[in-house]
Amino acid sequence: MAANPSDGLTVGAGHGRLHLDQLAVGAPSAVRRLPAAPKLAGLFAFVTVVAVTPRWAVGALVADAALVVALVVIARVPALVVLRRLVALAPFLAFALTLPLIGTGEQVDVGPVALSVDGLWAMWNLVAKATIGATAAIVLTATTPVPDIVRGLEDLRFPRVIVAIVAFMVRYLELVADQLGRTRLAMTARAHDPRWLWQIRPIASSVGSLFVRTYERGERVHLAMAARGFEATMPVTGWVTPIRRSDVVVALLPAVAASTFAITIVIGT
Amino acid sequence: MRDLRFRYPGAAEPVLDGLSLVVAAGERVAVLGANGSGKTTLVLQVNGLLEPEAGEVEVSGVRLDRAAMRDVRRQVGMVFQDADDQLFMPTVLDDVAFGPANLGVRGDALGERVTDALGAVGASHLRHRTPHHLSGGEKRRVALATVLAMRPALLVLDEPTSGLDPRGRREFAEVLQHLPAAQLIVTHDLPFALATCPRSVIIGGGRVAADGPTREVLADVALLARHDLELPFGYPPPR
Repeated sequence: MAANPSDGLTVGAGHGRLHLDQLAVGAPSAVRRLPAAPKLAGLFAFVTVVAVTPRWAVGALVADAALVVALVVIARVPALVVLRRLVALAPFLAFALTLPLIGTGEQVDVGPVALSVDGLWAMWNLVAKATIGATAAIVLTATTPVPDIVRGLEDLRFPRVIVAIVAFMVRYLELVADQLGRTRLAMTARAHDPRWLWQIRPIASSVGSLFVRTYERGERVHLAMAARGFEATMPVTGWVTPIRRSDVVVALLPAVAASTFAITIVIGT
Repeated sequence: MRDLRFRYPGAAEPVLDGLSLVVAAGERVAVLGANGSGKTTLVLQVNGLLEPEAGEVEVSGVRLDRAAMRDVRRQVGMVFQDADDQLFMPTVLDDVAFGPANLGVRGDALGERVTDALGAVGASHLRHRTPHHLSGGEKRRVALATVLAMRPALLVLDEPTSGLDPRGRREFAEVLQHLPAAQLIVTHDLPFALATCPRSVIIGGGRVAADGPTREVLADVALLARHDLELPFGYPPPR
């Protein structure tokens, strides 16, 4: 019961429900049709290029930003969804904003405050790269259902253990969030209305019991796995998502473009 | 199963105390008993998830021991009480494929098993769904499919009707009646036992306390009362 069904991470009133299945929103688009594996590879390549671009190559970073905006448009992800999900970056950005104030070295006066030049560059670096990278990741999650991302990791030959951990997290995160929501509801129903820090005790103990219940569920899940022949390694299905070469080329385009910008600017100066 | 004995670590009284039970191929048997009578303990023995202190389990002529564990687990399909424990993969498709993939089935053969199993429980349309978002009845049927995909000779179901609404229960009973595998159905839902199983056993004191046609077992009100079992309010004993 999310307040807004278009946003997967909305926590509904009192229910604490997580909707991982609603992360993928976009209308049918070229990006949505691509298999998950090339998209993941494209995202990794693009984020890597952006991260290693020197911070003084302002032109390259601006071009990268334009590229990401174009991607949002092509993928037909609503701008509002992108902005709402970018809110997750807020703590990092808030930290970045303090850098010019606490930085040392050469100072520049802006009105009444003296700002560190180094700090300003550090701030620009963090803000620009984090926003570009996060937006690219948002495009991926908004156009790819979560189980497909898991399968994509498998297709990319990620270590099976890692893929299994991600898969279990995807499966049980919502269940645990639901349980937490029900516990909160049960507390509210008995007139628990925490406002101050010293009222935190029931919440802390409910988190504790949630941990124990989750641990016990883990044991039961393991029994269920063993009953179906599980012996320490996740089974191989032999199912491979058909991936055309053209899909890979399309998915890598943003990364190629970004590295071209970076190289041009770096050589030009 | 012959002369099974089992005691949980630290417990004074054994849960199973010389229990013997034979299920024929294709037979459906209800296992009835009060809470704590050892029903769940019994089913965990059948495919070696718990090891008995004494006694032996034999499935399709194979005696259960460490060496035969894999073989026996292929023969015995367990459907657990909480479907959320049983369905642990991101999609229904992955989950149904898990068991047969562990047995070494790959590619197209694996796809065929998944399609057959989902078809047998009427859940083909759910294959790309996330288990978390299925209804109780759908979860239960998919949980059954995950086991059917391993093509077991014996199905063991622990409280298959808990948390199901009447319609979910009826649909599930219909699915079970059309399966060729032998079934051991642990339940205290007596009408469900009557609807699905021609034979019933009552577990009490760590042994089989009664064994007979379900209709006769349920008609013996004094026997049921001795084992803390009751027909739902308003139900006359079957004749």
